Amino acid sequence: MKQTTFRRLAALLAAGLLASGAHAANEQYFPLQSYRVGPYAAGGTGFFGGFIDYLQYINAKGGVNGVKLTWSECETEYVVEKGVECYERLKKGLNGAPSAATNPLSVGIAYATLDRSTSDKLPLITINHGRTDSTDGSVFPYAFPLQLNPHSEVSAIVNYIGQKSGGLDKLKGKKIVTLYHGSPYGKETNPILELLAKKYGFELTLIEVPHPGNEQQSQWLNIRRSKPDWVILRGWGVMNPVALKTAKKTGFPVDHIIGNIWSNSEDDAAPAGDAAKGYISITTHPSGTQFPVLQDIKKTVVDAGKGNLADPKRFGNVYYNLGVVNGILNVEAVRLAQQKFGKKPLTGEQVRWGFEHLNLDDKRLKELGAYGLVQPLKLSCADHEGGGAVRFQQWDGTKWNVVSDWVQADRKLLRPIIEESSHKYAKEKGITPRDCSKES
Amino acid sequence: MDFFFEVLTGGLLAGVMYSLIAIGFVLIYKASGVFNFAQGAMVLFAALTFVSLVERGVPFWGAFALTLAAIVALALLIERAVLRPLVNRSPITLFMATLGLSYVIEGAAQALWGAQVHGLDLGIADEPLELGGMLLSQFDLFAAGTAALLVALLSFLFNRTRLGLSLRAVADDALGALAIGIRLPRIWAVVWAVAGFVGLVAGLLWGARLGVQFSLSLVVLKALPVLIIGGFTSMTGAIVGGLIVGAGEKLAEVYLGPLVGGGIENWFPYALALLFLLVRPAGLFGERAIERV
Repeated sequence: MKQTTFRRLAALLAAGLLASGAHAANEQYFPLQSYRVGPYAAGGTGFFGGFIDYLQYINAKGGVNGVKLTWSECETEYVVEKGVECYERLKKGLNGAPSAATNPLSVGIAYATLDRSTSDKLPLITINHGRTDSTDGSVFPYAFPLQLNPHSEVSAIVNYIGQKSGGLDKLKGKKIVTLYHGSPYGKETNPILELLAKKYGFELTLIEVPHPGNEQQSQWLNIRRSKPDWVILRGWGVMNPVALKTAKKTGFPVDHIIGNIWSNSEDDAAPAGDAAKGYISITTHPSGTQFPVLQDIKKTVVDAGKGNLADPKRFGNVYYNLGVVNGILNVEAVRLAQQKFGKKPLTGEQVRWGFEHLNLDDKRLKELGAYGLVQPLKLSCADHEGGGAVRFQQWDGTKWNVVSDWVQADRKLLRPIIEESSHKYAKEKGITPRDCSKES
Repeated sequence: MDFFFEVLTGGLLAGVMYSLIAIGFVLIYKASGVFNFAQGAMVLFAALTFVSLVERGVPFWGAFALTLAAIVALALLIERAVLRPLVNRSPITLFMATLGLSYVIEGAAQALWGAQVHGLDLGIADEPLELGGMLLSQFDLFAAGTAALLVALLSFLFNRTRLGLSLRAVADDALGALAIGIRLPRIWAVVWAVAGFVGLVAGLLWGARLGVQFSLSLVVLKALPVLIIGGFTSMTGAIVGGLIVGAGEKLAEVYLGPLVGGGIENWFPYALALLFLLVRPAGLFGERAIERV
């Protein structure tokens, strides 16, 4: 009797294990190093909210070719050490479902996990940020600064100022101040700006704002004294609304301030109140809920009470939409990789192939309901950025309005600089760059 | 020369904002010897509560009263649940307790009211005001006036009321005060409640200036050099220290910054405070510790 009971239990256990194995066998996992508390929680909750809602939406449609998407979160508070700890904890997947890619949305965490991602063969996605030289996939096979790297960002801003001035040749003699966050992120684009200043003949002044940037009186008095034509704001967090408020109280016209990619959300402009009216910033994706994919997410996820945002009013804002865009790119990479490797859960190495072959043209974007939300994107072994274009938006006091068409960065000018840096990195690390002409 | 005076005046007005934070520290340190690192978190909690209530349709003064009640309740809770059980422990133990508290309050405030950034409009125009060729911020002038009023109110409370007399007695000699029948727990509770009120005023002004967001709790870092320069036990010291730090950092950024690559505003006040520590360890207005060796 005892033996029969034991056998039954063993059989049940085995069946359970098989069932759970079968279950996990058809799941693709996304490890999320998210941040929902701490100084940058506004960005984290929006971005990861959008990302998770898109994954839920895909699951509601039956997953990616039947493969269900799963995820779990690990709180980093935007702290590098915690980000690395989360990476190590989550990288191996969940309940047998392999990890597809990491998306830390943090320059610091991305830098800290770059080497690990390469050795673990797990794609590291740094949408709109990250190391500029990781655009060169021959040296950085697992890093993807999707859509826009920092060098492209400033190049596009200078091109826009050129457009507003009546042509790039009219930049000669103009005065441009860059007000930057006192951190490696803030300083990263200074050499490129200096190069562009030399190329186009504008006078460049670089002014640092110490972290976190809650006092900027002296910087703006200096700006007023130098009477620039434009100010490029390379801010982060509290630095942005304080810059706009201080600009106003020192009498600088806010419609001549252009914010970069981390100075472009509702959370950057709205706290400045009236002082932000007219403020211009770049964006890789508009805010708003009018896109079919967002309407579908609203219908299937948000209205069903499953939305990830604590405050539903943030649905469709800049950070949320960036999360959705990031979701689209991750899922498309998985979908593409499945075409090559089979409709099953894939390893990070296989998903990397998917990222490297992303090709989103207008037709595909329309099929995804993301036409106008995501820029056309074509990646390759040599180019892990893919886009390099931005649009410009202006704050009207309550919301952003897009005021330009796509403005492309001068990628031809930037490419040799990127390659010089990536080859230097390869030499330091003893990496032999891949021959991209032989990659398929 | 006009530019110099504009930088100087802007710095002095910014300094008053630092003093507002420093006063909260002084109140508690003077009465209980606790360096309350959680003061910044209390500022965040107050501002976040206020703005969240306003956004939910509560009128301005109603939200002010409710927030005041909440911040006083929080202050009393901290005093009762955390600091009273730790009485007679070493200063570093008390400091570490408040350090831990600051994380708890920050996390609780975000969990309760959400992590998004809020704008806070106190109805004060921030158009620049031209005075003698200088542009001055109307908001900063208002903040300076509010700080002056707050100091006057606190001075009245400390110097002209029976409660103030008890507070001063406790500050001078806690054991002596206990011996003549003053109830220390009650005094500590009052001081924490007053510090909560100061935190609310500072939170509203700083919140209107920066937006109500997590970084509000970081303004506490600006108060540290103010306290070292002015002294930990003097409200006058908090004001004077704030003015020195505000003016010093702005002038340094504008005139010394370009010589060393800029961005010196953050560390310059600490360098200044270090100099003061070497010359006047108790600060300009702090009580000198005299000990038998």
